[in-house]
Amino acid sequence: MLKTLRTIAGIGIVSEAPPEADDALRRREAMQAQLQAVLGRALCIRHVDAGSCNGCELEIHALNNPIYNIEGLGIRFVASPRHADLLLVTGPVAWNMATALRRTWEAMPDPKLVVAVGDCGCSGGVFGASYAIAGPVAAIIPVDVAVPGCPPPPVRLLQAILTAIRPARAR
Amino acid sequence: MSLKRWWSRAEPLAGKPSGATLAVEPSEWQSVATDAAAAGGQLVALWTMLYPDATPAAMVRAALLVEGGLMVVELPLAAVTATYRGLQEVFPAAARMQRAAADLTGVRSDAADQRPWLRHAGWTAAEAPLAAAPPAPSAAAPPVDDYAFVRVEGDGVHEVAVGPVHAGIIEPGHFRFSIVGEKVLRLEERLGYVHKGIERRFTELPILEGHRLAARVSGDSAVAYAWAYCQALEGLARVAVPPRALWLRALCLEVERIQNHLGDLGALGNDAGFAFGLAQFSRLKEELTRTVEATLGQRYLLDAIVPGGVAVDLPDDAARALAVRLGRTASLVRELRSIYDDHSGVRDRFSGAGIVTPELARRLGLTGLAGRASGLGADLRVDSPWPPYHVITPKLCMRRDGDVAARVSLRFDEIEESCRIARALVSELPAGALRLPFVDVPTGPRPGIGVIEGWRGPVLVALESREPGRIHRCHAHDPSWQNWPVLEHAVIGNIVPDFPLINKSFNLSYSGHDL
Repeated sequence: MLKTLRTIAGIGIVSEAPPEADDALRRREAMQAQLQAVLGRALCIRHVDAGSCNGCELEIHALNNPIYNIEGLGIRFVASPRHADLLLVTGPVAWNMATALRRTWEAMPDPKLVVAVGDCGCSGGVFGASYAIAGPVAAIIPVDVAVPGCPPPPVRLLQAILTAIRPARAR
Repeated sequence: MSLKRWWSRAEPLAGKPSGATLAVEPSEWQSVATDAAAAGGQLVALWTMLYPDATPAAMVRAALLVEGGLMVVELPLAAVTATYRGLQEVFPAAARMQRAAADLTGVRSDAADQRPWLRHAGWTAAEAPLAAAPPAPSAAAPPVDDYAFVRVEGDGVHEVAVGPVHAGIIEPGHFRFSIVGEKVLRLEERLGYVHKGIERRFTELPILEGHRLAARVSGDSAVAYAWAYCQALEGLARVAVPPRALWLRALCLEVERIQNHLGDLGALGNDAGFAFGLAQFSRLKEELTRTVEATLGQRYLLDAIVPGGVAVDLPDDAARALAVRLGRTASLVRELRSIYDDHSGVRDRFSGAGIVTPELARRLGLTGLAGRASGLGADLRVDSPWPPYHVITPKLCMRRDGDVAARVSLRFDEIEESCRIARALVSELPAGALRLPFVDVPTGPRPGIGVIEGWRGPVLVALESREPGRIHRCHAHDPSWQNWPVLEHAVIGNIVPDFPLINKSFNLSYSGHDL
C-alpha cells in the first residue's frame, strides 16, 4: 500500500491541456447548442467497432490514460447506448455489423451525436468496397464529425469529440 | 510412423527459413497430420485455394510446425466440390479453419459440423467470396441470421447472450453463456462480425502494395503481419533484406510486443478493480509510444515494414533516446510488478481464474503467449530463429499454471526480455541500406510463406502470385484461431463476472480472425 501511495505521490499530475475544437472536422450542423445547454461538458460516449482493424481502438484507449485524461474534462465512456450522448464509431462498416450499429444508434436517447473515427470510418480506407462492407459510417447513420487518420492520434480524437460538443464558431 | 519419411519427400519453400512443402495424396493427408501430432507437432494454419480453369481446380494447404521446421502440406483437389478429410480429430483447432475455408472458397471438409463460421447472412452457401465471381455487394443490411448454438438443458440452466457490441472499447463478437446461478457451464463463441473481405481485397492489390493491408489485418499486430507478408514476398522474389533493415524490423516487433503487454497489464489490473494499475501502465505505454514516435516516426508501427526493407530509420541520437526509454520502462515495470504481486485483492482475482492445464493446452493446440503461460515452451524466435534472432537470441519465457496470474506473469517476464532484446538490437544496429529496390516477383504454382512470432503468437501469411505483379491468393492467419476455442474451455466452472478478466488475459483478435 505504501509503495502504491508513494508511486502516486512521486508521479504527481501528468495530464496535459486539451486541444481546441477544430471546425474543419465537422460534417453536419447538429444540435450542439442544444446539447451543450443540456449537458454542459458532462458527456457520455459509447464506442462501437463496426469493422475496425483494432488500430483506432489503441488510440481511443489512450484517451483514458492520465496524460489525455478525458475523464478530467467531464467526458467518459459508458457501457450502454442508453446512457450515451455521443457514439464513437470506428472501422468501415462490415455488413455483419451494420444492423448492430444501427440498433446501437437507435437505442441512444435524443439529442445524440456521432463521431466517425479513422480513414475507414470516414471513407472506407484500405479495405475498399466489397461484398462484405457497407461503406463508411455515414452509409449507415448520420455523422456529425469525422476524424481521419490511420489511426488518428489521441489529440485529434479529443479534438473531434470537443468539436462535436461545441457550437460551430461564427464564420 | 516417424516424420522422417515425409521430410525426405518435402521440397524447399520460399520465404520462411527452415520450411518445406510436401505434396500428398488424399490417402496420405491425414497420416501426415497424425504423424506430426504424434511427434508433438502443431497445426499453424489451414486454408484452401481455388484455381479457376486450371488443374488442380482447388487445393487444401495445412502448415504444420514440427521438429525440424515448418512443413506446408498440400493436397490437390480435382474439383471444387470434392471434399477432403477434416483434420479436427487430430488438431481440434482445424474445425473452425475448415468451416471458414468452406465459407470463403466453397471447398468443404468431411467434418460433421458444417455450420457456417465467417458467413453470416451476407452471402449464400452457394456463393464463395474467393471464387472468380464474388458475391455482389448487397444494397441493404442482411437479415440477422439464426445461428444454431448448442443448447444446454437441465434444471436451472439459463442462457446469457452477450454482444456483438460489448460494454467497453473492444472489438465485436458474440458470446453465449449457459449458466447455473453464477457458474458457467458452457460458453459458445460466435465470431465473424468484422468480416471485411480482406482476402478478396488482397487479390485486387498490386503485390508490392499488399503489405499495407497486411498490417491492418489486426492493427495491434501490424508489425508481425507486415513482416510475415514481406517475408513471403521476399522469399518468392529471392530478395535478401539488408541487415540494418532486419535489425530495425525486429526492433519494431519487440516495441509492438511491449506496447501491447503494457496495455494489457493495465487493463487486467482495471478488470480486477485496481484502477491504479490502469493509470500507471497506460501512462507508461503513452510515454513509450511518444518516444517511439519521436525516434521511429510513428506512434504505432503500422507503416514501418515495406517490401525489401523498412520505411523507418534510427539515427544515433534517436537510438540513444529509445534505449534510455526502454531501460526506464523496464525498471518502472519491475516496480509495478512488485505492487501487483503485493496486492492481495489483485492476487486473489488473478490466481486460479480461467485455468488451462498444460495437458489441455497441448491437446487443443493452444499457441503463442497463452500457450507459454500453460507450460508449452514454444516461441519461434527461440525454436526456429530467423535473422536477426539467430544473433540476438531471446530467452524463452514460460509459466505452467495456465491461469490469469500466469498470463499476467508471462507478460511481465516478456516485457523485461523484450526491453533487453530491443536495447541489444539498438546498440548493435548494423550500418547500411534500409531498403533494397524491388524489381519483380516471379509467378509460380506455390505460395511464399512468412511466419513471424507476433506478441500473441505465430502469424502466418501465404502469398501466391500467378500473374506478374498481382496477388492470386493471400491467406493471413492469426494465432487467435487456435486460442479462441480454448477460451471456451478456460471459462468452464468460473463465474460470469470473471469472464471479462479471463477474456482480457488472452486478449485475442477479432479482426485478425474475422478477416
